[in-house]
Amino acid sequence: MSPKWYYNFKIPHTPPLGGSIMHMADALLSPAVGATFCVASAVALGWCSKRLRTDAREHLVPLMGVLGAFVFAAQMINFSIPATGSSGHIGGGLLLSILLGGPAAFVVIASVLTVQALFFADGGLLALGANIFNLGVFPCFIAYPLIYCPLVKRAGEAPSKNRLAVITVFAAIISLQLGAFGVVIEMQMSGISSLPLRTFLLLMQPIHLAIGLVEGVATAVVIAFIRKARPDLVDANASASVNVLSSALFPTRIVVTLGCLAAVMGGLLSGFASSYPDGLEWSIARVTGQSKLGAGNSSIHQTLAQLQHQIAPLPDYKFAPTEEKTSVGTGESDAQQAWPSVDAETSLAGVLGGMGTLILVAGIGYLLRPRRARVPRQV
Amino acid sequence: MSGIEALLREVRLLDALASRSTWLSRLDPRATILVTVAFIAIVVSFQRYAIAALLPLAIFPVVLARLGDVPLHRVGIKVLMAMPFALMIGLFNPLFDPVPRMELLRQPIAGGWLSFISILVRVALTVGSAVVLVASMGIYRFCAGLDQLGVPTVLTTQLLFLHRYTLVLAGELGRMNLARELRSGLANAVPLAVYGSLLGHLLLRTLERAQRIHRAMLSRGFEGHMPIREAQRWRSIDTVFLVLCLSGFIVVRTTDLATLLGQLMLDVAS
Amino acid sequence: MSHHLVEARDLYYVYPDGQAALRGVSFLIHHGESVAIIGSNGAGKSTLLLHLNGVLRPTSGQVRIGDFPITSENLADIRRTVGMIFQDPDDQLFMPTVFDDVAFGLGQLGLAAVDIEARVVHALETVGASHLRQRPPYRLSGGEKRAVAIAGVLAMLPSILVMDEPSSGLDPAARRRVITLLAGFDHTKIIATHDLDMVLDLCSRVLVMNEGVIKADGTPAEIFAEADLLQRCNLEPPLSYQRR
Repeated sequence: MSPKWYYNFKIPHTPPLGGSIMHMADALLSPAVGATFCVASAVALGWCSKRLRTDAREHLVPLMGVLGAFVFAAQMINFSIPATGSSGHIGGGLLLSILLGGPAAFVVIASVLTVQALFFADGGLLALGANIFNLGVFPCFIAYPLIYCPLVKRAGEAPSKNRLAVITVFAAIISLQLGAFGVVIEMQMSGISSLPLRTFLLLMQPIHLAIGLVEGVATAVVIAFIRKARPDLVDANASASVNVLSSALFPTRIVVTLGCLAAVMGGLLSGFASSYPDGLEWSIARVTGQSKLGAGNSSIHQTLAQLQHQIAPLPDYKFAPTEEKTSVGTGESDAQQAWPSVDAETSLAGVLGGMGTLILVAGIGYLLRPRRARVPRQV
Repeated sequence: MSGIEALLREVRLLDALASRSTWLSRLDPRATILVTVAFIAIVVSFQRYAIAALLPLAIFPVVLARLGDVPLHRVGIKVLMAMPFALMIGLFNPLFDPVPRMELLRQPIAGGWLSFISILVRVALTVGSAVVLVASMGIYRFCAGLDQLGVPTVLTTQLLFLHRYTLVLAGELGRMNLARELRSGLANAVPLAVYGSLLGHLLLRTLERAQRIHRAMLSRGFEGHMPIREAQRWRSIDTVFLVLCLSGFIVVRTTDLATLLGQLMLDVAS
Repeated sequence: MSHHLVEARDLYYVYPDGQAALRGVSFLIHHGESVAIIGSNGAGKSTLLLHLNGVLRPTSGQVRIGDFPITSENLADIRRTVGMIFQDPDDQLFMPTVFDDVAFGLGQLGLAAVDIEARVVHALETVGASHLRQRPPYRLSGGEKRAVAIAGVLAMLPSILVMDEPSSGLDPAARRRVITLLAGFDHTKIIATHDLDMVLDLCSRVLVMNEGVIKADGTPAEIFAEADLLQRCNLEPPLSYQRR
């Protein structure tokens, strides 16, 4: 939930603090983890949409739409963080929950993240599930109904401005800590990054303590303004939030179950994926009963032989695991041995071929270049 | 207020690109969406050290960009903008994964560097294809496609509203902030006290706008269901496109075309 | 709905925050009349307009369209009969393209795609916006937005047009086009506006509102001659009238 600060060409000193660190990218996810969280978020979305339909609250349609746009615009503006010289911006998850209640806020967040992934290359299509989970489920179904609402309720009829601010900041911090934890877990399960779990946690959680603080303060000042300018709105929402609380216990249970399910499933799937780094080939080998072709020390003649194999269905020329390790590959752990090691010859072929491929791609791109002017009208 | 201006410029530019009729934009949005998602899934399904094997996939976004008449430098800029996070995470890989995985010209190369480069290639491929997707079809046809694919209407309607009013509200906020800047001297970040009332005002206006829109909808008989016009019918060219792309992906996924090419080159050289 | 009468009987409206916007408004507008509602900001004009198609329901009193009072049962019919054009076209043009926006109301009626197409094409032709049909609303000029918003209402084939500030925010040429367009319609027209020169061009009758009540009802000539009344209501005579 953030703009691209690096987008801002006159970046002052430090990039503003916001949720940008939490956006998972496609490139860092394994298909199993990505798919798992897509399913989890889709289930949550389906539940919310059903819930919103049965509520027959058609006035929510334009309200949700413009509030999404509001969050989008609000993320573009930074406030200065006192005494630090840096700046931050709002993410909006908690604010949306307070204004709309959990289910509607979740749909809005999902839409904001989708547009960010599509229009601003922030996150990715496959990572969308994970991002919606991290930035939607935690504020809408955990931080808001389980932390914010009960605390506000306990604070009595008219909680003081400061008390409300403290509650808001606390809820925001919890929501972002959970979100950051989600990122770490997803990344670990994917196994694309080599960061050890501990290091990653030590890196992410403190940063998101700061981001959560920023988020909480930003949310609190906006809520404080609204409370002063239009007490009727906040009063109405205070009672609404109590209503939502009672009904929100149900979705929370669903989502917690869902989260556990996702974690277990993702864990199993990625465990499977990493012990058989090439799941597809592994299963093919199982099906056909054949072992891999010895691509290890392929000489030129073997290459020719392999070229003939090319005609056979699904030949195996990838960086295939070799039985004999290269001399430099000693001292590997078992887990690491699961990964392929490649001899010099294939490496050279890979590098050359890679360059050749890029040249080919560039050539094709050049050949297909448009031959007429392409200035889009009325930008 | 370059943040808001950049946002507006970006959205308008992509919309302008998407509003043209190109070979790609004439395809059924469902076909393009499905193929793009499959492409991204294929890219991320490669094992973590794969580099050369991934490269032939670059042909997909490049050719698609050409068919959709999407300027390649635009795609490149987007890819670069998406890099920093992956770069940051990926740079830890050489640190934590120093075991050599490859030998090139007698130099051992650590697995961490391989996976780092692999991450960069993945970013380029996944982001590139997503950018081409949006630039070639725009939010409207994208939503129509999602709708036909069975995504809940709540979300597709929400996306359309979000897109429509982001331009309106960002413009509003931009003007408010400009007025603030003009009176307070140029400052990039807003003081916290002002921030609350700036966003608070925008929020109040936004709520009022939501009410006006709702009234306008009611006045035209709105009954809770947003119509989304079917973009178009599925044609045989869509099937051809889908099958061609998917089989291409499978070939690239199961055959290391780049290494093969390299070996061929070595062959010829010797 | 035989005579397309629009009648307000002793309307009162109090907003939820306690602000009384209408305090006893009554009038009767006949078929084909073109009526301006003028008054300062906050006089209650927009609130009154929103009562005419049942978006707001009076705290007490009654609105009758044709020979029927507005009730929950006939709301859908009322909203088809009374077309409302809002002040800010951005609020009204919420669909992704001009075509879809004009078709929105028709879609809600459940018409077949062919009929929708025909009616949209006709409505866009009427306002001279056929060339805009595939454009997204944010790429229209102010005048084009207004024209499309009007087309969206015309497509519903209303017999009564209710407009809130149809000429605001337009450059002189666009304003003139809108006025010419509206002058060509034989619908019953009810226009809330500050543009008193437009009133002279379009309207045969003027209602002056102040603080939630109707202060005066007469022809433009009668109303604009009463400088005292206008001043009391924070208005002034139109420029073209002052020169006479």
